[in-house]
Amino acid sequence: MRIKLKVNNKTEEIDIEPHEILLDVLRKLGYYSVRRGCDTGMCGICTVLFDGKPIPSCSVFAARADGHEITTVEGLEDAKAFAKLLSEEGADQCGYCSPGLILNTVYLKKIGVKDLNKAKIKLIGNLCRCTGYESQHRAITKFLGVTK
Amino acid sequence: MKEVTKNIIKKDAFGLMLGKPVYTNDLAPKDSLIVKILRSPHAFAKIKHIDISEAEKIEGIECILTYKDVPKNPITRAGQGHPEPSPHDWYILDEYVRYVGDEVAIVAGKNENAVTKALKKIKVEYEIFEPVLDFEKAEEHSSIIHPEKEAHSMFEIGFNAPKNIAASYEMQIGDIEEELKKCEVVVKERFYTQAQAHVAFEPHSATSYIDMHGRLVIISSTQVPFHVRRIISEAFDIPIRNIRVIKPRIGGGFGGKQAVHGEPFVAAVTLKTGKPAKLIYTRQEVFESTYRRHCMRFDVTLGATKDGKLKVIDMEGLSDTGAYGEHALTTFMVAGSKTLPLYNKVNAVRFKGKVVYTNTVPAGAYRGYGAIQANFALESALDILSQKLGIDPVELRKKNMMNEGETSPIFKIMGEGREGAEMIIKSCKLNECIEEGMKLIGWKEKYPRIKVSETKVRGVGMAIAMQGSGIANIDMASAILKLNDDGSFNLLIGATDLGTGSDTILAQMAAEILNVSTENIIVYSSDTDLTPFDTGAYASSTTYVSGHAVQLAAEKMKKLIIKEGAKKLEIPEEKADFDGEFIYEKDGNKRVSLKELATVLYYTENQKQLVADASYVGKESPPPYMAGFAEVEVDIETGKVKLINYVGVVDCGVTINPNLAKVQIEGGIVQGIGMALFEDVKYTQNGKLLTNNLMNYKIPSRMDIGNIIVKFVESYEPSGPFGAKSVGEIGIDTPPAAIANAIYNAVGVRITQLPITPEKILNAIK
Ligand code: FES
Ligand code: FES
Repeated sequence: MRIKLKVNNKTEEIDIEPHEILLDVLRKLGYYSVRRGCDTGMCGICTVLFDGKPIPSCSVFAARADGHEITTVEGLEDAKAFAKLLSEEGADQCGYCSPGLILNTVYLKKIGVKDLNKAKIKLIGNLCRCTGYESQHRAITKFLGVTK
Repeated sequence: MKEVTKNIIKKDAFGLMLGKPVYTNDLAPKDSLIVKILRSPHAFAKIKHIDISEAEKIEGIECILTYKDVPKNPITRAGQGHPEPSPHDWYILDEYVRYVGDEVAIVAGKNENAVTKALKKIKVEYEIFEPVLDFEKAEEHSSIIHPEKEAHSMFEIGFNAPKNIAASYEMQIGDIEEELKKCEVVVKERFYTQAQAHVAFEPHSATSYIDMHGRLVIISSTQVPFHVRRIISEAFDIPIRNIRVIKPRIGGGFGGKQAVHGEPFVAAVTLKTGKPAKLIYTRQEVFESTYRRHCMRFDVTLGATKDGKLKVIDMEGLSDTGAYGEHALTTFMVAGSKTLPLYNKVNAVRFKGKVVYTNTVPAGAYRGYGAIQANFALESALDILSQKLGIDPVELRKKNMMNEGETSPIFKIMGEGREGAEMIIKSCKLNECIEEGMKLIGWKEKYPRIKVSETKVRGVGMAIAMQGSGIANIDMASAILKLNDDGSFNLLIGATDLGTGSDTILAQMAAEILNVSTENIIVYSSDTDLTPFDTGAYASSTTYVSGHAVQLAAEKMKKLIIKEGAKKLEIPEEKADFDGEFIYEKDGNKRVSLKELATVLYYTENQKQLVADASYVGKESPPPYMAGFAEVEVDIETGKVKLINYVGVVDCGVTINPNLAKVQIEGGIVQGIGMALFEDVKYTQNGKLLTNNLMNYKIPSRMDIGNIIVKFVESYEPSGPFGAKSVGEIGIDTPPAAIANAIYNAVGVRITQLPITPEKILNAIK
């Protein structure tokens, strides 16, 4: 079947198999920031924004995305600003989990989260094996303008 | 220092975070055949018959390989120096399968669908044997896991396949029994550590193709490209010169990628078909069919006088290497060599034991590498001793631990797989680590416990640890610096950045010597064709060993620049110097900028390319040290443990990039917390891994860790580059023991088996 997606504001049309997963289709289209970390919707690494809201792209059929808007880190305006803060904290270790974390955190900023604990709870599904999270939290604190 | 000791941002930061195609799967040729592996459903069996005829008929299938189609050369997948201290007991494919998940056949096809279908159509008849699943029953089990005559060790490692023993080791100083008799207090306890999974988030990935010269090129997510090249050459009987291994960015390794995993399978397909191939492991495959940590059992006996002088340490261990003996001997020896010197004032010390085969997921290198297992045992036992003696555990440690300027006979006796290297510890600030840690955790106010409510108690506990900096006399690294015609430099290194930031750190070191900004150093790492040799990123070696090589190369480059600059200025070499920007006359006013000199050198005058290279092999392996303090809250109704604070104070010498060093420690601590509290490995009765996904195998999330507080104490290691020691592993070592000790101090129960689950605590309380 043929689907139409709007990825990072660009219209993409692609033939897919009915069982194909959004994650794989996005990679086929060349959006390499979308990566697989688990097979079970547990790690948050494959996060994309689906009509503006974060979802794990490994757990969504591509067919469901027909006609919808997808944003990956390549097309996210605030990504660079947060990435800069992360890098200043050394929170970019292997970087594999970074795009997912960035998408989710930028979304938190958009919906006005300013409390670190709330942010942590919302980001609980974004796993990272390298950093031990604390450096991410230092960057998140700055990015969200957390007030103590 | 201008560049070193600065928080310079990682060179690849934005490329990594903003999604540039950098990992193996992103770089695999677009027309790669998809490779998948048919894996054994049985823990131990022999393939009687294998029928691929139906599978081959599926449209899109290009090749199916079984053990009959590949060379049967016994190798070890362990990426270690040569000759490897691990038994050669692994084959690309074999007629025996030794664990659930072991490789049976390689299937390659044009698309995922076809390959998946084909996997289902292969018919295998097995002769099933009784598996060895319990490592305590492995020795002299009626099933022999490696009955094949080809399996052998490269030198004496205590390999005894008919008894299911992959390696064994024993050493003793002094007379244990005699000394124990003289001791007023003796502690004897048995400890168990589990098989932790690495969970590097990029799954193991490899891709291969044949280049225009007919050579085999492998792109792989590996920590050890040069070892991969050598092992593939051995496995397939092709000369090293016909193989090129490229390491792109890696999504975490932690030791799990210090080996060959998917490389032989893609290589087999490419060699057979001439076509590009790629194999990206699923998460389930990573769990079931790559590496895990060696589970170990330790029987610890400690003897001391009444006033708390430790006189005897006796540790007898048993380690479970799973189906193959990768890192069997070395992780076991490290268990001794990276714990026993902590208490260097004893009269007698013994360390012995065996590493046995079982029909479970193979064990391999994992951050902490034996040290964390033994640290849990020894540092728990030490707390038991402190209870018996009625001495504060911190005081007991201070009285007995190693100090600067001291040594331990263990250093010389125990290396990794062979003798070690004698050394006197020139930097050891354990004392300061402990003092600082006590302050940060509030030891004096909180030890041993504070009751928070009727059901909740908080306790504090601690442990100390040491690691090493590379393997002395084995780990070798080299670096090449090349001056470009704009005055910038290429730094070519075989060292493998796994995400730690080592590319950046090594560039900082080169920049420091050359007096230029780190931006002027363009790093290219790990391509066996283009970069010089390096044993790889493991054993906490990169900063210390590779760093040294970079430092030496940069010093040579500086000399070359001065020499050529002097020529250009027409002054004697001794009269010239280089300040990073200009080559100038020391007491005169002639000068030329590096940029101008470089341009001239390449286009007009005295034309020549400036290249400097250097190699380094560590003569010793100075340990970084750490004191870890845990504050836990235990719910006595449910047994649940909440980690409130974890304080790690570290002596790793000079931190080349303090931010990156800190994150290394934080990351290590959190993995250690996972091992202490959550990460549990379970099998079915038939030996199939139950914890083969992230739903069943829980790693710490950001809500599980409490506050992690990391501090460095100031120290300078004279043998290290710029005073640095290593920082990669030490962070992981203390949490298991410190948390177990904190739980004991909170509720008086001693858990001796990791992970410390609520269930175990509750049972012990009742
Ligand atoms: S890959 Fe989608 S949640 Fe892990
Ligand atoms: S940085 Fe490696 S998984 Fe997060």
